[in-house]
Amino acid sequence: MQPINCYLGVSAILFCIGLFGVMTRRNAVGILMSIELMLNAANLNLVAFSAYGPKHGLTGQVFAVFVITIAAAEAAVGLAIVVNLYMNAKHVNVDQVNLMKW
Amino acid sequence: MSEYAWLIPLIPFLAFVAIIFAGRRLPGHGAYVAIAGMSASLLISLVIAAGAITHGGHFEPVVRTAAWIPYGYSTLNVGFTVDALAIVMLIVVTVVALMVQVYSIGYMHGDARYPRFFAFLSMFSAAMLGLVLANNLLVIYICWELVGLCSYLLIGFWFERPTAMRAAKKAFLVTRVGDVGLFLGMLTIYMGIGSLDLQTVLSHESVSTMAKTIVSVGPWALPLAALASLGIFWGAVGKSAQFPLHVWLPDAMEGPTPVSALIHAATMVAAGVYLVARTYPLFAYSDHSISLNVVAYTGAITALMAATIGFTQYDIKRVLAYSTISQLGFMMMGLGVGGYVAGMFHLMTHAFFKANLFLGSGSVIHGTGTQDIREMGGLKKHMPRTFWTFIIATAALAGIFPLAGFWSKDEILLTAFHADKTIFYAGVIGAFMTAFYMSRLCILTFLGEPRDEHIHAHESPRVMTVPLIVLAFLAVVAGWVGLPGKNLFAEFLHTDLLHLEHHAFSLGIAAVGTAVALFGVLLAYIVYMTPASRTVAALGQISVFRFIHSLVYNKYWLDEIYGVIIIRPLFAVTRWMFAIDRWIIDGTVNAVGWLTVAISRVQGWVDKWIVDGLVNLIGIVTRGAGLILRRTQTGVAQQYAMVMLLGLLALVYFYLIRAG
Amino acid sequence: MTGQGVAFAVLAAITIISALLVVTIKNIVRSALFLALSFVGVAGLYILLNAEFLAAVQVLIYVGAITVLMLFAIMLTQQIMSAKISQTTEWFWLALPMALAMLATLIFFFAMRTYPVNPAPDALAVGTTMPLAEALLKPYLLPFELASFILLAALVGAIVIAREEKPGATD
Repeated sequence: MQPINCYLGVSAILFCIGLFGVMTRRNAVGILMSIELMLNAANLNLVAFSAYGPKHGLTGQVFAVFVITIAAAEAAVGLAIVVNLYMNAKHVNVDQVNLMKW
Repeated sequence: MSEYAWLIPLIPFLAFVAIIFAGRRLPGHGAYVAIAGMSASLLISLVIAAGAITHGGHFEPVVRTAAWIPYGYSTLNVGFTVDALAIVMLIVVTVVALMVQVYSIGYMHGDARYPRFFAFLSMFSAAMLGLVLANNLLVIYICWELVGLCSYLLIGFWFERPTAMRAAKKAFLVTRVGDVGLFLGMLTIYMGIGSLDLQTVLSHESVSTMAKTIVSVGPWALPLAALASLGIFWGAVGKSAQFPLHVWLPDAMEGPTPVSALIHAATMVAAGVYLVARTYPLFAYSDHSISLNVVAYTGAITALMAATIGFTQYDIKRVLAYSTISQLGFMMMGLGVGGYVAGMFHLMTHAFFKANLFLGSGSVIHGTGTQDIREMGGLKKHMPRTFWTFIIATAALAGIFPLAGFWSKDEILLTAFHADKTIFYAGVIGAFMTAFYMSRLCILTFLGEPRDEHIHAHESPRVMTVPLIVLAFLAVVAGWVGLPGKNLFAEFLHTDLLHLEHHAFSLGIAAVGTAVALFGVLLAYIVYMTPASRTVAALGQISVFRFIHSLVYNKYWLDEIYGVIIIRPLFAVTRWMFAIDRWIIDGTVNAVGWLTVAISRVQGWVDKWIVDGLVNLIGIVTRGAGLILRRTQTGVAQQYAMVMLLGLLALVYFYLIRAG
Repeated sequence: MTGQGVAFAVLAAITIISALLVVTIKNIVRSALFLALSFVGVAGLYILLNAEFLAAVQVLIYVGAITVLMLFAIMLTQQIMSAKISQTTEWFWLALPMALAMLATLIFFFAMRTYPVNPAPDALAVGTTMPLAEALLKPYLLPFELASFILLAALVGAIVIAREEKPGATD
């Protein structure tokens, strides 16, 4: 079996890719997709520790279930917001959304 | 009656007050009030004198003193002494003052300030009488200054004339120089004795204390008595117009003639002589004391110098002025050689005939309208009363037997002969000169032919000639109280304070005196009345005589010398002072003001730019910082995420990497 | 190289490469599809970690629901524009170092540590489904119920946010 560090590494890489995506994607939906990547990375981390962890039990997996649930809810609401943005601004480029500018 | 002696100065003073406030509404525009007051004083004086005389040789002087200003452990007293000396002066002053006031009704008739004249005359009389009666040196000093003030007011009576005002200032300032000496003398006495009361100061104990206390400054050593008496004499030099402070008296002739008669002939100038006589024990603390020598020689110098100047003057009043100076010198000479009685005798006789001469000259001026004797002549026909009284007074002044001046001058010569021969010879020469210049004056004024046909002389009114007659009468008889053999005057003046020598009458000295006087008259007659006058005039063209004449005519250039030595440096000092005051003191004040304005401007600048600036700076900094910092609020959510990540990385750095 | 190791490497590669493509591809639709692939890769990794149920759930929810949802949103908000517009923001060069720094941090401080763990996961006899169900309904009942509330809230919220405003209409 691989040492847990491999899984942790993959998780880290995935997380950072998602982070990079959040900061650089212009399309609002693209940002949401990057957020999903980050959540997945966190889930992977949790499950890995649940499997390798010193304690017997499925706490990590339970946690991961909840994370998935919440991620789904969040994706729904986020995309509703994107649709709303599209209806008002006729585009979804987030770098053009600066009404809160000073 | 002597207890009421204080009324004598008080009544004229009240007359002064009344005339000043109510002048024109009073009877005679104030003149009658003044005359009434003066008559009252005269009356009281006569009563007192009569009382004193009837007591015989010795009578107790009446002294009254009252405490006036207490200070420290002692008091300043004020009071009066009625002794023989005071009585003599009282008679002289009241008689002459009354005559002058009566005369003034005519002379000052029509003057715009007629009441004020009588007011000043009354005030002067009050001050003079107060001076005579005072028995405290401080009160004497106060009255001394008061008579000086009245002299100033009266000389400058016609103050529209600048010459009169200059003369008034000159008189006041020059006598003031003398008054410094008097004050220093008083201080010396106070230092030595601790009191200014004459009773104390003139007592045997005090005089011997003052004589024994020697003050030495460097190589000079003098007893306190000498210092005090010399100081007092300096005051007398000023007031009695002795050399070198005589320069004010001729100029004082700018005042009205009655003023000249009263103040500058008979009374005020005699105050100096009176003062020396009053404080005589301090002068005669030892035989041939230095003070007496100074007095005698000053008197001699003055007598001779003034007489020579009198030879050359053409203003009738000037001649009489120089004559006064010269006669005062005679009085000082008399006092200086131990002739206490002689000096006072001459003072009394001189008062009468000099007053007469001045009033007579006033009559001449009133009648002819000029004061220059070169324009006069032949007035004998037109002004007989004036002429005869004038002649009588001149003869008295020249010392012709048996008029008053003969007796008093003889007394002086007698005393001088036995004391100091130099003074005696000076007196003889002086007598000759006196006779000469007075005869010259008479001749040029009254005798001969009128030299100016524009002058239509007329005799003066009775109100002016009656005083002339009265004074002329006194000029004749006043000397008879001092007849040798029965010298009532000397007996009257006897005092225990002094050791007075009585010299027996000497026919020789009397003869010498008469001889030189007659010689003087004769010489004047020859020079001015006979054809020899032309020879004399020719002689006068010789350069040596011309030089002497110029020297004497210009009063030995003394006024000019004083001007250069004293007046001009003084004015230079005043100009400096003015410059200092204007540039330095005012400059400092202005500089302070300018500095204050400048500082306030600086402060304003500081307040505006620095203090306000700081406050504004805070605002500007805040705004600037805000302007810069708000650029972080771009409104783009991704950038906010980036910043958050940045913060997180920073935290990671600080906590994970740094902390180990 | 064990079989598991190979499997792990392949799955990890798929996941990571798909993720990279997600964040870099310009075409948003293709980006979404690669996202789905990345999810599948993660599901495979779950299986390697003895979490079969979770893998199934992952595929069902993530790939099935969320990706579809994304595609719907893409379709609804597609701009009528050419694909030549760069999909990357202007601060690309700033974000890259930061992400790399983050990566470095995560790896050095966390991934490279030694954890007190079992060297290998052991598979459960009965599988994970039943223990998972028991866990959800016994100790973690409350979060379970709350999760349903959250879903309800999200549902209502999404509807409210995304609906069209009728002019003049009030709520």
